[in-house]
Amino acid sequence: MINFEYTRVSSVKAAVDTLAKNPTGGFIAGGTNLIDLMKKGVTTPTRLIDINNLPLKDIEETIAGLKIGALAINSEVSQNEIVKEKYPLLMMALKAGASAQLRNMATVGGNMMQRTRCTYFYDIAMPCNKRQPGSGCGAFQGYNRMHAIFGASNKCIAVHPSDMCVALAALNATVTVSGPKGERKILFTDFHRLPGDNPEKDNTLLKGELITGVTIPKNNFTKNVYYLKIRDRASYAFALISVAAALELNGNTIKAARLAMGGVAHKPWRLTEAEKFLTGKTATKENFTKAAELAMKGAKAYGHNDFKLKMGPIAIVEALMKAAQ
Amino acid sequence: MDNEKTCPGHNETNLYASRRNFLRTSTALAALAVASPVIVKAGENDEKIAALFEKMPLQIEVNGMAHSLSVEPRVTLLDLLREQLHLSGTKKGCDHGQCGACTVHVNGKRINSCLSLAVMNEGKKVTTIEGLANGDKLHPMQEAFIKHDGFQCGYCTPGQIMSAVACINEGHASNEEEIKEFMSGNICRCGAYPNIVDAIMDVKKGGQSL
Repeated sequence: MINFEYTRVSSVKAAVDTLAKNPTGGFIAGGTNLIDLMKKGVTTPTRLIDINNLPLKDIEETIAGLKIGALAINSEVSQNEIVKEKYPLLMMALKAGASAQLRNMATVGGNMMQRTRCTYFYDIAMPCNKRQPGSGCGAFQGYNRMHAIFGASNKCIAVHPSDMCVALAALNATVTVSGPKGERKILFTDFHRLPGDNPEKDNTLLKGELITGVTIPKNNFTKNVYYLKIRDRASYAFALISVAAALELNGNTIKAARLAMGGVAHKPWRLTEAEKFLTGKTATKENFTKAAELAMKGAKAYGHNDFKLKMGPIAIVEALMKAAQ
Repeated sequence: MDNEKTCPGHNETNLYASRRNFLRTSTALAALAVASPVIVKAGENDEKIAALFEKMPLQIEVNGMAHSLSVEPRVTLLDLLREQLHLSGTKKGCDHGQCGACTVHVNGKRINSCLSLAVMNEGKKVTTIEGLANGDKLHPMQEAFIKHDGFQCGYCTPGQIMSAVACINEGHASNEEEIKEFMSGNICRCGAYPNIVDAIMDVKKGGQSL
């Protein structure tokens, strides 16, 4: 690993100020992705600002919903009693991600900040517009089995690898960030971005901003939820496709529906048209199939990932069926 | 000797004073030079800084023994254990958090030591495979791995055992399926998985305190 300067800070203000003074540096929390990227030479921060001592670990219920500190550990969030009882979709998504060891290290903020696992991004001998803007995309005509079917551009067809983020997008969470200009809130669905002409930008954070927490508004998605993750092995692999499904049922009638997919786009992919279609309908396989058809509109594959066009609608129906049970 | 080892309970010399040259505390004066009121305030914060190639002091307890060390920020906990403390039981497999061979417990929780910077473990308690046995008496999980033939080449075994102990302590070993899911962060290329699961089931049934 390349050498770097190291700073340990104890307040949000100090963290933000230290980054402002060291613009080529970066924050480190759990480090599970960052250390990996640094060992590969993909990321080369000149200074690491260790934020683990910041008071951002709490998980608390407020009138508005659930407030999760950016430094709350993934395993602790998934085992939290309030999360288990009132936000089970988040619990399921967290448990589907990574391994028990990694979940004991990874933080909520770090999970959001993880980079794509596109092999061309990780291999510094290959072109990658995300790693080195303008160098080209190795995946576009390469081995693109894991890659996007929605919202990609001719510059980048990488996907965001998180499971947790798919659930948070479905649950209409909000991200709180602190920066040199103070605090602001970003809708979770606006946090990650599509690649467009700037795939080097994963998200809409402004220069020098630090994620301080995530808030999930109160909801009634406590019973009929399911996080389906399809991967190459039974556990501990990134999603080929994942689906977060949440239904609020009144008898067999869908009062409200939330759907999001992982492993298909540069960001957690909300299926708003399918959600609208399902609202007021009965929870039947037929309706779920129609919703899945709507959801897959505009999907485009790149060769090795053609199977995702077929797998996508099946996964959506499966997740909805499981959620409705 | 680069490392100062201290047994638990021993009074240590003031590490921070003796290694002051390794530390630079950001002061209000330094911050004033930037002349921003925001930054001046940040200067009052307790910032430990290691410059390039500078070592940081590190207080860490490993298998019940307190150590006062000095490490470069880029040294991982895994390399610290193996290279500086000569505890080579913890293995380096992939070095990227994918295989689990480097699994240790930090403050009672299993982690991948290859993805944790040593300096980020200041004041923490680490348990490695060397810390499980009680003298010559093997830990119940070590006994069970032998009894059930839970390994072939043995390279993944320290990580498997550390993970297995945590798996039971976490309450994630109630059945075979759950064990498989919660042991998925430890790869065994010899394919001893069924026997590893048997070993964990056996220890779980035994109900011993781990």
